[in-house]
Amino acid sequence: MDQFTLNLIVVGATFALYIGIAIWARAGSTSEFYAAGRGVHPVVNGMATGADWMSAASFISMAGIISFGGYNTSAYLMGWTGGYVLLAMLIAPYLRKFGKFTVPEFIGDRFYSQTARTVAVICLITASLTYVIGQMTGVGVAFSRFLEVDNTTGLLIGAAIVFFYAVIGGMKGITYTQVAQYVVLITAYTIPAIFISFNLTGNPIPPLGLFADAKSTGLPILETLNGMLEDLGFAEYTRQTDTTLNMFLFTVSLMIGTAGLPHVIVRFFTVPTVADARSSAGWALVFIALLYLTAPAVGAMARVNLIDTVYPNGTTEAPLAYEQRPDWVSNWEQTGLLSFDDKNGDGLIQYVGDGEANELTVNRDIITLANPEIANLPGWVIALVAAGGLAAALSTAAGLLMAISSAVSHDLIKSQINPSISEKGELMSARVSMAVAIVIATYLGLNPPGFAAQTVALAFGLAASSIFPALLMGIFSKRINNKGAVAGMIAGLSVTLIYIFLHKGWFFIPGTNSFSDSDPLLLSIKSTSFGSLGALVNFVVAYVVSNATEEPPVEIQELVESVRIPRGAGEAVDH
Amino acid sequence: MAENSENNAYWSANKRIIGISLVIWFICSFGFGILLRPMLAGIKIGGTDLGFWFAQQGSILVFLVLIFTYAAKMNKLDKQHGVDE
Repeated sequence: MDQFTLNLIVVGATFALYIGIAIWARAGSTSEFYAAGRGVHPVVNGMATGADWMSAASFISMAGIISFGGYNTSAYLMGWTGGYVLLAMLIAPYLRKFGKFTVPEFIGDRFYSQTARTVAVICLITASLTYVIGQMTGVGVAFSRFLEVDNTTGLLIGAAIVFFYAVIGGMKGITYTQVAQYVVLITAYTIPAIFISFNLTGNPIPPLGLFADAKSTGLPILETLNGMLEDLGFAEYTRQTDTTLNMFLFTVSLMIGTAGLPHVIVRFFTVPTVADARSSAGWALVFIALLYLTAPAVGAMARVNLIDTVYPNGTTEAPLAYEQRPDWVSNWEQTGLLSFDDKNGDGLIQYVGDGEANELTVNRDIITLANPEIANLPGWVIALVAAGGLAAALSTAAGLLMAISSAVSHDLIKSQINPSISEKGELMSARVSMAVAIVIATYLGLNPPGFAAQTVALAFGLAASSIFPALLMGIFSKRINNKGAVAGMIAGLSVTLIYIFLHKGWFFIPGTNSFSDSDPLLLSIKSTSFGSLGALVNFVVAYVVSNATEEPPVEIQELVESVRIPRGAGEAVDH
Repeated sequence: MAENSENNAYWSANKRIIGISLVIWFICSFGFGILLRPMLAGIKIGGTDLGFWFAQQGSILVFLVLIFTYAAKMNKLDKQHGVDE
């Protein structure tokens, strides 16, 4: 059986499974649509949160970025896991106690202001939509490879499937489908990593393999890789080439963005008690860590295998002739994501650090998907990875679309524009807003502002600068009032958005940018790292404005006291 | 009033636990992984240094321990102050 047929069978089987579960658990009432009736066990919830969390950015894109960036990209690993500590201690338990359905609802009630709620909706939509663009990029890469079409066609097919998929089920469908998706994606991620780690180091556990000796040289694998890269004129894998300032701010931005992303926070609304909200965050991180501890090994080992493929006789010898390239190279050439340009006309693939002489261009987003092919693993492993990548992208896209649609239908239409809307009308408007979000994300996904994980990192910066500070201050301070919170969110979001648009183009339209991340406006601060400064602006503005205006009313101060105490959490109430 | 001071004591205890946890959280990620990496360069592990290990692996393990410890401590605290569910 050829690879194409095998891919279709495995991907088709997993899809049938998800759709089956979604139909079986098809949402009936609005309460079930948004929060699964609050009957979800912490371990199950943790696993579903893991699937929701680990998107195309984590699965498809991150290992590739690490593979090419080495130590400098550690922010992705620390940032996207360390945020769960903040979530567990500073956000999740109190919002669960508050007991409503959406994040803007909390912000609106705590800051006793419809304006605050509307601003929160705008922040949520901006961050989530940017996030969906990143998912679309990943979906495009995965579909283009496994259907053997170019990247644009892959993206359009993927968007159609995301649309169909997200619109049929609600959150309940999604909770149980996501458990299935977690199992598929973690299996797909770890199996090739185990094979590769064993082949290269003899140690089948990838996180240990990363620090073990390479069979080929007898030296540690990282030292071997450093040596290879040095021979070819690349920076050493373990060396820091990014500035400490940018790494620091980038990590902060990803961490607090994690604790401010509504589609993750709402997962903690679905557990029965406040104590469950805390342990759910822990379980989510357990399931996430399985992938995040494997990713750095995948990244380093994929780079070793890539170089070994191009330099079969060692990095000091002549490279491979283009005519003798393996199948995976020609397969990926079809998608347009890998290309060879024989600059010196010798027919050999020069893969070197010097940009002028380098002849091989590899899109970072293909590394995880190409990894099993590069390592010559069996066909079923390759098919499994395709299925895993799609599971990751689909589950997160669905969660994000859910957050967007509930913000529009519940926080805007139902609470402000048309309070008498029927349940049916509310569900309808939720689905329409999902559709609109998909269309916009697909359009922008055709010319993405970066590799999937970089686009997603921008979304984290936006959440970090707008929603996280408002939530934190809403819980930990009784003094921050409506005016302060609104001014803070607007200031934080605007300054971050402007900084991003200045570097990535206005509304991500290519060519409209005035600066680039290789030579940023402020010091060495890239647009992906700016969210941490945006958050600082938010905190300062909110503090100053609140202190210059009146104290929040007594009943709001009592509300803050009550969210701090677990007792009495009970069922969520709709209003 | 009695309930109020009980709640305040609970909240202060919660903030103290959070404070200690976040100091550890900061030192093991931003500290060992980024800012203090040059100082740890002498400690070698598997072909690289301890800072690299913390940045790509160690910090994640610390985060896991921190969350579960926090959850356990808070469950105890909830009972002590009679605010459990």
